[in-house]
Amino acid sequence: MTSVAILSPSVGLHSLARFRARPSTVFSLVIVALVLVAAVAPGLLASGTPTQIDLTNALAPPSWAHPFGTDEAGRDLLTRVIYGTRLSLGIGLGATGIAMSLALVFGFAAGLVGGVLDTVITRVLEVFFAFPALLAALLVIAIFGPSVKTSIVAVGIGSMPGYARMVRGQVINVKQAGYIEAAHALGHSRWKVIRRHLFPNAMRPLVAVMTLGVGQSIVWASSLAFLGLGVPPPSPEWGALLDAGRLYITTSWWLEILPGLVIVLVALAVTSLGRTMQHRLEGASR
Amino acid sequence: MTVAVSRKTPKHETSNERSREVTAGQPLLKVENLRVAFGNTEVVKGISFSAKAGRCLAIVGESGSGKSVTARTLVGLTGDGGRVESDRLELGGTDLRTLDERTWRGIRGNEIGFVLQDALLSLDQLRRVGDEVGEPLKLHGWGDRRSRPERVVELLDSVGVPEPEMRAKQRPYELSGGLRQRALIASAIALDPRLVIADEPTTALDVTVQAQVLDLLAASKERGTAIVLISHDLSVVARLADEVAVMRDGEIVEYGETSKVLRDPQHEYTRTLIDAVPSEHTRGIRLVRGTTPSAPRTRRPIDRGRPLLEGRHLTKVYRGPDGVDRTVVDDVSFELFAGETLGIVGESGSGKTTTARIALAMLEPEGGDVLLRGEPWTTLSVRERRPLRSRVGVVYQDPLSSFDPRWTVERILADALSRGPNPPSGAAARKERVVELLEKVGLGAHQLEAGPLRLSGGQRQRVAIARALAPEPEIIVCDEPVSALDVSVQAQVLDLLTDLQDDLGVSYVFISHDLGVIHHMSDRVLVMKDGKVVERGTADDIFTRPQDPYTQRLLTALPRLEQAS
Repeated sequence: MTSVAILSPSVGLHSLARFRARPSTVFSLVIVALVLVAAVAPGLLASGTPTQIDLTNALAPPSWAHPFGTDEAGRDLLTRVIYGTRLSLGIGLGATGIAMSLALVFGFAAGLVGGVLDTVITRVLEVFFAFPALLAALLVIAIFGPSVKTSIVAVGIGSMPGYARMVRGQVINVKQAGYIEAAHALGHSRWKVIRRHLFPNAMRPLVAVMTLGVGQSIVWASSLAFLGLGVPPPSPEWGALLDAGRLYITTSWWLEILPGLVIVLVALAVTSLGRTMQHRLEGASR
Repeated sequence: MTVAVSRKTPKHETSNERSREVTAGQPLLKVENLRVAFGNTEVVKGISFSAKAGRCLAIVGESGSGKSVTARTLVGLTGDGGRVESDRLELGGTDLRTLDERTWRGIRGNEIGFVLQDALLSLDQLRRVGDEVGEPLKLHGWGDRRSRPERVVELLDSVGVPEPEMRAKQRPYELSGGLRQRALIASAIALDPRLVIADEPTTALDVTVQAQVLDLLAASKERGTAIVLISHDLSVVARLADEVAVMRDGEIVEYGETSKVLRDPQHEYTRTLIDAVPSEHTRGIRLVRGTTPSAPRTRRPIDRGRPLLEGRHLTKVYRGPDGVDRTVVDDVSFELFAGETLGIVGESGSGKTTTARIALAMLEPEGGDVLLRGEPWTTLSVRERRPLRSRVGVVYQDPLSSFDPRWTVERILADALSRGPNPPSGAAARKERVVELLEKVGLGAHQLEAGPLRLSGGQRQRVAIARALAPEPEIIVCDEPVSALDVSVQAQVLDLLTDLQDDLGVSYVFISHDLGVIHHMSDRVLVMKDGKVVERGTADDIFTRPQDPYTQRLLTALPRLEQAS
């Protein structure tokens, strides 16, 4: 690494070199990279298919042939976890995307317009906060029935209020900045000032928060699936794996523990990366 | 304000009070070859000085000169990682170099009082003022639970805090800046220390309050206390100090009696500093001396016909959190003629910045209006006003917050150019115009890619001025444009503003709390107090023949270089 940095001391490599300084960040990067590979090309990491049934080998404990063991139908659990990545990550990204999009609309409306609209939106968000987020998500599922799409929408709506409140705070904060007034003093139109100064500066710290949200959303979607209200079986989505393994927990611990560990690790890695980004962005802004 | 002399009853005399038989002028603090380093950076490079009983030594310098580190070192609070070496560091015969933290605690407050710049930071917000002031008494075992509060009230009274019993029960945030600073001084002199170290004690204060605080320190000096005053302000030094040490880059470049140093500076840097102080004597000449004596300004004639910008009976009311309306701008009228500088001077809360924001049409007044070249300006709709905005530029006190942190200097200036009457077309032309602007304000093409964070304070203010100039405005409103800058940088920026006026004929509305700066810059002056204009006239009339009692009070309070005794 050092030699590469000397050969081409570009800014990108320097910041990469700084990343290396923290082992936790490197570890998180490796995990996120693995997750991305599993999501894009699961075949590279697993040899078999997630639905290959081998009843003679059902509920086998972890071994060299099956590092995560097998489930009640003899399907290789590691393969299922790997193939489930795309779904789980998709739910995480999708849900965060939905949450953030809604939050931007509400947050900007409240923060920019202010006045009565701000009061109304803030009150509505407070009502949302008063509901347990899981309950809000359950409501969506009760209406539309469990499926991948409903999971995404449910988790997205459930986590929206937190983002919306953050967006509103950011908008109000940046709205009062000196450079906003300076831009107005130059005679720029309101819309131009919003587009060029307010939006990008308000969004800056939120990028990191969104990363944190992806990890959170994966956990949420898994909880829904575990309750049997998320992605229906036999899909290998991580929460669904946990739900399926619940029946055998007394005899086959690996069905619960190992996928659970994967969820925890991925959420931790994404969160840790988000925190690092947050620190770096905040450090750069002031 | 009168300063009551210390009213100690004999039975409360402290130990060092009795031993205070030092005659004025006898060296109390002796410092020889003091060096302070942080890591590999030496910030104080072998300085020597002494402070004498009943006398005041001022250490003068700009930011980064090492003056504050020196002050902190004198009370054993150099800071983490600071390495202190010296041949001699003595307070009345006690070697301070070998003291442990425990002994230092016995000396701080008792033998050495320390006054910091920001009293709001130095006083614990959650404790009562009386407890804070009485802290040194308690720490050093003075008196008992009943006698201490009495003494605190006496002390507050002696530093001119009105209603001391009530104030002692309040918390620091309930006091004004001036009262807080006085409370801090009361705390520093509570045990009548032999030495008081004051680090920029008046920097955050209005000029009348500053005068009171300086009087307090002078009274303390009269009583035989040695004072070490750390300051960037030569006028303040001239008012209080008997001796002055001029510091630059960790070294003392000149050291001597204040009157001698200020009248006949030997070192080039001292001379630059003194020249840089704006005042009535610097009107019409540049503050930064070149190799040749500076030529007087070549002003363009001022057109006294129709005003360029005219404010008529402006009124602005704010409703406070207590539901009570406060009139922050009260029936203010002004006119600015083409080519002139209109100074607006006032203390904090006088409404000068609010007036500026109304003039900029950034704030809608409750009453009155502003005309631009006789045409409506503040009464226009936002849409109608937008194309006219390029005619009125603005320079703020804090340039950093007025730049988008993501933008480079080039982008900031190119954006401002695009608002002018003939915006550049094409990337090459744009870059050329930006470089031209940068050169006009004394910067160059190498600053194009810099972000605002990487510029120094003076450079930032130059970029801010370039931005204001870019759309070729007729008027630039400058709101405290130099108050965050060091004296020598302030001089450069003021010179830049007057040069630009001579070159381009631009008119300024110049807002400042600094009477010297206002006198140096303005043709005509408005003096504001509590939202009202108390006096208006030409700069010379206002400063030499003030009519209003408030203006007279301001000018009496103003410390001047020639006060050095």
